Amino acid sequence: MTAFQIILMGFLIICAVSVSFSKNLLNAILIYMSFSLVMSMLWICLESPDLAITEAAVGAGITSVLFFVTLKKIRAIEASEPEAKGESREEKNE
Amino acid sequence: MGPNLFTNYGEAVSAVLFCIGFTNLLLQTNLIKKIIGLNIMDSAIYLFLAEKGYIAGRVAPIVVNGVTSTEAYINPIPSGLVLTGIVVSVSVTALMLSLTIRLYTRYHTLNLDEISMQLKKEGK
Amino acid sequence: MSKKRPASEYQKTFAFRFFRWLSGEKDPYIGEMEMHPQEEYQPDREAALRHEREHDAIMDKVYDTEHNRSLHLFHRLYQATSILFCLFLIALLLVTISYLPATGTVNRPVNNEVAKRYIEKGLEETGAVNIVAGMILDYRAFDTLGESHVLFVATITVLILLRLNKTQKDEAEISDRRFEPKNDAILQLVATFLVPVIIIFGIYIILNGHLGPGGGFSGGAVIGAGLVLYLNAFGFKKTERFFTEKTYKWVCFFSLSFYCLAKSYSFYTGANQLHSVIPKGTPGAILSSGLILPLNIAVGLVVACTIYAFYAMFRKGGF
Repeated sequence: MTAFQIILMGFLIICAVSVSFSKNLLNAILIYMSFSLVMSMLWICLESPDLAITEAAVGAGITSVLFFVTLKKIRAIEASEPEAKGESREEKNE
Repeated sequence: MGPNLFTNYGEAVSAVLFCIGFTNLLLQTNLIKKIIGLNIMDSAIYLFLAEKGYIAGRVAPIVVNGVTSTEAYINPIPSGLVLTGIVVSVSVTALMLSLTIRLYTRYHTLNLDEISMQLKKEGK
Repeated sequence: MSKKRPASEYQKTFAFRFFRWLSGEKDPYIGEMEMHPQEEYQPDREAALRHEREHDAIMDKVYDTEHNRSLHLFHRLYQATSILFCLFLIALLLVTISYLPATGTVNRPVNNEVAKRYIEKGLEETGAVNIVAGMILDYRAFDTLGESHVLFVATITVLILLRLNKTQKDEAEISDRRFEPKNDAILQLVATFLVPVIIIFGIYIILNGHLGPGGGFSGGAVIGAGLVLYLNAFGFKKTERFFTEKTYKWVCFFSLSFYCLAKSYSFYTGANQLHSVIPKGTPGAILSSGLILPLNIAVGLVVACTIYAFYAMFRKGGF
């Protein structure tokens, strides 16, 4: 069990570092989602099933859904307003 | 240096995670990445608390066969505290994300430097 | 020996339609699903160029490292200082941790008489098999009440921040639908099977909160996730039949005030040494452990409604 815990903890650190270095916001959110899932596995190892089930439902599920819907909302604002910068960027590239 | 650094590897990992989240908070200019950094800091604190309550060789605090002696179960108090913390952190995240959406509709950017520059231009 | 059927009869059977669909001759969903292509974006050239110029000017001012020496120096100094500070923080915390008592051992200040009391008397005093549930909903019930109120206040604050008026709401719904087709058949079929299963699982977690891992928070979050899936598959028109702002208001009002009154009663009788009428029941049965099951249900309702309300408000600025 100890080796398994150490592997999971290494994965946690890798996830946390790669959030800071990922260029794409969607990637960062997906990495954070896997971070939460590994965290819930770690809580099974630490004998706290209450926390594991709450983290799997709340941390990996609801928080990520809120992040995704924020990204979607931001894209929708960007597309519906012509002065948004993303559109003008694309135009410049063409 | 004390004697217990390698025995307390879980706490050590939580300290490292806390500092990674804090670095994210200091160095990232993107608001969403700052929020993820804050969430990582939250998780690090919960990991620290859960490690505090863990006792090797004992099972989760759910009574089996009516055995109610202290020798059978781990410490239930950190679990209760962390359970509260997880749910509060979700509401904090939702609040921060809605503030981010408001900032984006006003300034059309997620970059904090740019937002503060536009604020300066508006003379505030 | 099988009977030979006429072609007109065969064309009515399921197998004929299935093989025709398989070979791609007819799409059964034509006309059923709204499949208009994404709108072509017509940029406003003037405004876009003006905005781009402004944006570039701002970016030049922020990141003009060639002309603005002091800004360049400040950026470098800020980054170096923050990285050094974090390394220092890691070192400090690791040195502190190396002096803490070893993990997994018994003789630590955390394992004091409070935890001992909860484990030894918990089953007898609260009737809950899951000691954590007994702790957070009986010994420390006011803590959980405050937490439910944190969720409620967070929902209200998000509503204040993201609220839109009627015309803006319609626009938001149109721009919300721009990126995805309405009435997606695959999603609807999967949701028809999955939503009841998810919601029943959530109810199971809530009702077994005092018997095993789970409780109001996790079960409520699972039910909320099921509702979000239903909303994504069938749209706001269907969910508005059973969940509006009014539903949220009344469910939260009744759950929170029930929690408050029930817990006040048990604290009042406990503090004044009175006899409480709430039976403890036999530990292990589903109707046991006094107030914990109803309180779990109240918390679960609040959490499920909150999760759904967060999602709906982020999507279209209202319920």
